[in-house]
Amino acid sequence: MLRDITIGQYYPSGSVLHRLDPRVKLFWTLLYIVSMFVFNTFLGYVVAGVTLIVLIKISRVPFKFMVKGLKAVWMLLIFTLVLNLFMTSGEVIWQWKFLKLTREGIRTAVFMGLRLFFLIIGSSLMTLTTTPNQLTDGLETGLRGLKKIKVPVHELAMMMSIALRFIPILLEETDKIMKAQAARGADFDEGKFKDRVKALVPIFVPLFVSAFRRANDLAMAMEARCYRGDVNRTRMNPLKYKQIDRIAYLLQFVYLAVLICADKLLAPLLTKVLPML
Amino acid sequence: MLYLDKVSYTYSPGTAMAMPALHEVSLEIPDGQFIGIIGHTGSGKSTLIQHLNGLVKPTGGVIYYNGRDIWDEDFSRKELRTKVGLVFQYPEHQLFETTVVKDVEFGPRNMKLENLEVQLRTFEALKTVGISDELYDASPFDLSGGQKRRVAIAGVLAMKPEVLVLDEPTAGLDPAGRDEILEAIFRIKRERNITVILVSHSMEDVARFVDRIIVMEHGSVKYDGSPKEVFRNYKELEEIGLAAPDVTYLTAMLRERGVGLPDVATTVEEAADMIERYCKH
Ligand SMILES: Nc1ncnc2c1ncn2[C@@H]1O[C@H](COP(=O)(O)OP(=O)(O)O)[C@@H](O)[C@H]1O
Ligand SMILES: [Mg+2]
Repeated sequence: MLRDITIGQYYPSGSVLHRLDPRVKLFWTLLYIVSMFVFNTFLGYVVAGVTLIVLIKISRVPFKFMVKGLKAVWMLLIFTLVLNLFMTSGEVIWQWKFLKLTREGIRTAVFMGLRLFFLIIGSSLMTLTTTPNQLTDGLETGLRGLKKIKVPVHELAMMMSIALRFIPILLEETDKIMKAQAARGADFDEGKFKDRVKALVPIFVPLFVSAFRRANDLAMAMEARCYRGDVNRTRMNPLKYKQIDRIAYLLQFVYLAVLICADKLLAPLLTKVLPML
Repeated sequence: MLYLDKVSYTYSPGTAMAMPALHEVSLEIPDGQFIGIIGHTGSGKSTLIQHLNGLVKPTGGVIYYNGRDIWDEDFSRKELRTKVGLVFQYPEHQLFETTVVKDVEFGPRNMKLENLEVQLRTFEALKTVGISDELYDASPFDLSGGQKRRVAIAGVLAMKPEVLVLDEPTAGLDPAGRDEILEAIFRIKRERNITVILVSHSMEDVARFVDRIIVMEHGSVKYDGSPKEVFRNYKELEEIGLAAPDVTYLTAMLRERGVGLPDVATTVEEAADMIERYCKH
């Protein structure tokens, strides 16, 4: 059951996206997120949506798998939808007491929902195709410039990669501890709320103990190998852009250009022909 | 009695991470047997034993306990877990209470037994695993590695299981701690005469105590029989990274050199006996 959490998980399907330089993907994601805020016409959504679908197809990650990991954010999505549906003023088409449904409300809600959906799927596409290590590598190399203004880029990246590395380990550990306690007759999904909270003690105490033990072991191991930050540190596989990465960068700007053209030039033309959009 | 009928299991089926771990394993485990399961790391031993008390549901095949399908709608798997006691690998990582006694009591308390019965079982179990009474009120986190592990085993034993399954109970212990654990297990077997299933990646030290050895490889049962029957295949075992007892190699070598021993031996006593008899003739 804990394995159903797919946000931030890596899905190894060995596609072209997986082989891209992590910096490219980070920049792509950033650009995609920003692009969500530059358009507001129907045509803009089509461009953004189609781009996302193409990217998902290329990644070879099953769409079902992505959506499964969204369970946690469904609530947020629905909340936004409802809020937009009823809180937007405009031409009223349905009313019940103080609840007013407006034409603009529906439009904003649908578009807002789509935007959020694109945003979440878009960013999970990055984590699904990039291992945590590549991700932090990309961040560290990409933000190297900030070291000049005393931002501890390396330390932050190291902390992030350790944290990311520990998530699956702790999930696995939790799974194991839950099984071990279940073997001793523990029950996690029966009884009153109070009993259920109490049933967490036999899980959390061993989990914390093990987290501290692991942290301690790791610190010891790093010390034993003379880890001292990135002073004079070299890499075995330094990140290097390849042809395909340059193409990917280029495509990002093509995407942005197409989006802006579609949104700012084509859409007004289209509205003249088909006014209901 | 436990009966496994073509049990298969795949982790995360239907995804790119799908990992077949068991393939059509059929086993019959009669009451009172002392069984050793050996196999290389990743051969599916741990996965297999988690099926025995219904912690994982097989993706194929059926498991019967005393003739009943344990995944039947109205079969209580919670009760099964008290009948088939499972001691995980590194069981000391599951300790959580403030005192040794309280921790061992966790299992019997979950069974909703009476107070007196809980205490009785707790002390019995602690005594069987050889934890002396001055440690009863100590924090389990202050004990030595071997002691912690014996407390954890007592925690399962206190539920009075009919089948006791231990996953690599000696892993990561020093020789003294290992001997204590093995002694405790033999004592359990002697005192309670229950079915004991011992998982290990080497069986040299227990080969002479078990009635039967099951060899796992790549999620299937490769050999299943008495230690002698299994270790006769010492050459094949070596190919899958498992070793037979030293005396088996010794007697095999003697036989190769033309010493007329009747068979390979699995224990030192047996080998001594054979050689003595050979010399007399
Ligand atoms: N929780 C899990 N998720 C995915 N695969 C697993 C999990 N546990 C074990 N496996 C895989 O299943 C196979 C059998 O593992 P396991 O039963 O632990 O073997 P053993 O106990 O003999 O070392 C291994 O290939 C292992 O990688
Ligand atoms: Mg194992």
